[in-house]
Amino acid sequence: MTEEPRRAADGLPALIHQELYTADDGGAKGPNGERLTHGEASSRPLQPPAREHQPRGAALHRRRPVDHDEAAQRFIDAPQHEKMHDERLWDLRQKRDRQMQAIPEWEDLRNLASAIKQHTLAHLGDYLEQFEAQAKANGVHVHWAQDGAEHNRIVHGILANHGAKRLIKSKSMLTEETGFRHYMAGVGIEVVETDLGERIQQLDDEAPSHIVVPAVHKLRGDVADVFARTLGTDPANDDVHYLAEQQREKTRPLILDADAGMTGANFAVAETGSFVVCTNEGNADLSANVPPLHIASIGLEKLIPRIADLGVFIRLLSRSALGSPITQYTSHFRGPRTGGEMHVVLVDNGRSARLGEPEFWQSLKCIRCGACMNTCPVYRRSGGLSYGATYSGPIGLILDPTFDRRRYSSLPFASTLNGSCTNVCPVKIDIHEQIFTWRKVLAESHDIGFGKQALMKAAGAILSHPRLYRAAVAAADGALKVLPGFAVANPLNTWTRGRDMPEPPRETFHQWYERTKGGKEQER
Amino acid sequence: MSARDAILAAVRANRPRGEYPLPDLPDFPLDDGGDRVAHFQKSLEAMGGRCHSGGIDAAMRELFPDAKVIVSTVPEFRGNRDIAENTPPQALADVDVAVTRASFGVAETGSVLLMDQALICNAIAYLAQHLVILLDPAAIVPTLQDAYRRAEFHRHRYASFHTGPSATADIEGVLIHGAQGVRSLTVLLG
Repeated sequence: MTEEPRRAADGLPALIHQELYTADDGGAKGPNGERLTHGEASSRPLQPPAREHQPRGAALHRRRPVDHDEAAQRFIDAPQHEKMHDERLWDLRQKRDRQMQAIPEWEDLRNLASAIKQHTLAHLGDYLEQFEAQAKANGVHVHWAQDGAEHNRIVHGILANHGAKRLIKSKSMLTEETGFRHYMAGVGIEVVETDLGERIQQLDDEAPSHIVVPAVHKLRGDVADVFARTLGTDPANDDVHYLAEQQREKTRPLILDADAGMTGANFAVAETGSFVVCTNEGNADLSANVPPLHIASIGLEKLIPRIADLGVFIRLLSRSALGSPITQYTSHFRGPRTGGEMHVVLVDNGRSARLGEPEFWQSLKCIRCGACMNTCPVYRRSGGLSYGATYSGPIGLILDPTFDRRRYSSLPFASTLNGSCTNVCPVKIDIHEQIFTWRKVLAESHDIGFGKQALMKAAGAILSHPRLYRAAVAAADGALKVLPGFAVANPLNTWTRGRDMPEPPRETFHQWYERTKGGKEQER
Repeated sequence: MSARDAILAAVRANRPRGEYPLPDLPDFPLDDGGDRVAHFQKSLEAMGGRCHSGGIDAAMRELFPDAKVIVSTVPEFRGNRDIAENTPPQALADVDVAVTRASFGVAETGSVLLMDQALICNAIAYLAQHLVILLDPAAIVPTLQDAYRRAEFHRHRYASFHTGPSATADIEGVLIHGAQGVRSLTVLLG
């Protein structure tokens, strides 16, 4: 039985959680009074009906692997948070689909983006040297860091040379990787995050839960609590406009008085030695253009060969990330302004090693859009902090174990392997296949527990024999009909917990194909 | 071995096997319904910006009657606060409206490119509360792909596509114009 997607009166797909709908959320309107949905705005006004305490992320122990299941269960047990999270991210995925449908060459752009990234990674040494030479010719200081600690030391050195005490910065996943804020606190330099979501997370002493929308797991009441505690705002006022305006007003003096500014980069162009930063809030451009010193931290994989290649990547990035045609600001930095100083730190931190892994090197194509997270049913319902890692969601499952195999050994199991992540990836990374390969690698190197090893062994045998696989699928669907939930919801498979199993189909695709000779014979 | 040499040696030693040629970039034309300027305006409005026609003096009187501090980087309009390349950004913190000129526009997205030469002091485009941008309608290219073939990207030190005003929906997906940068962006065609 196929089911048409449910549609609401406005023609958009129906909400997953109808109870979140509100008549008006006070969001910005266009010149004709129509609701605007650019940036990370939701397509429809949403508001959870009741207040609830925010569930916290995975508990981190120094030697034990992250327990994603436990933290995910606590997120699911907070239904206001879970539903809003699920709804907003699924909405971003649907906004992305509408942008994709409006561009006939979408698949061509994905193929081009993938090919350009593959080419660059296969010639990375040459492109890094070209980028460095061009940037130096433009008056930019270029530094190289083999790991996160070296990156932090280099930036500290630059700041110390200038006597800088306060650094304003825009969001950068790379600086999350390097533990940058923690390091700077230890050497007495004040770091101020200027993106609203990232600032909320900094003030609440939490990591970002999503690589594009860092505080997407929080509700307005959570933000009101954080701001009341740290910025002295009215704890009873959780109006979103009030909260955003308070952050703007309280951050502006810190920006004007900062000694240095820091940004990441979305792309670094070898041809010109320039780099590109894509943001919505204007905070990256303030960080780069107000203080006299600008430092940009750039991962090696951000390189692209030509300026013209941006015509592919910029068209894909924000559409994939937010379902918005472009970010409000797409800024190109090629040299310091008169009287200013510009530094670039090129950071390896495990990237060159990953380049040498035949099954995993293509994960370096990632442009950090977050589309795979928005579409992932496990991510949407468990929240980014449950992964206990810098990167969460499908891309996190394949990046995190490269940093620490043991600590993140359970993460590749936080997936249904439905392949949706691979389908939406703008640079065509085979994410779900890499997730499965990681399970095999971790099983072979005994980095996972006995239960998961036994499961993997059985799955490996079945998946490598098509006939066995078909028999297993038919048997599993049969089992759904007759067995009580506890028998299907195997304790080794925590993702069936708390979920109703689907109504099993009357026959499998293969049974249907056999019976109807591939649909040529009449349906019964 | 320096970090630089170690990194370059590692990426060369770990180079993926196989041929990965750099693809040529084909042309993907924009279907603008025969009216590129109208397409630009529609795209800009969807991103929270607005278009205005008519003279700059009339537009400023109509849109910002109460503006006290105005900076202009264009000869077409006279502001009341000076700006120079060496103006400290802090001296621009109280600017209500800034007026500048874009190098060109992009119909696909409603973007305009602001370059360092035109801004004089880059920070003005973010510290002002409101931004008014003059754009020659003949300087609107169809797509971002067309935009990136232009010479500007080989000669700027700083160049930024602005597409509507600064915005955030980081809290519950509620869209707010005026995040950390300007609260409104108006493009004056002419």
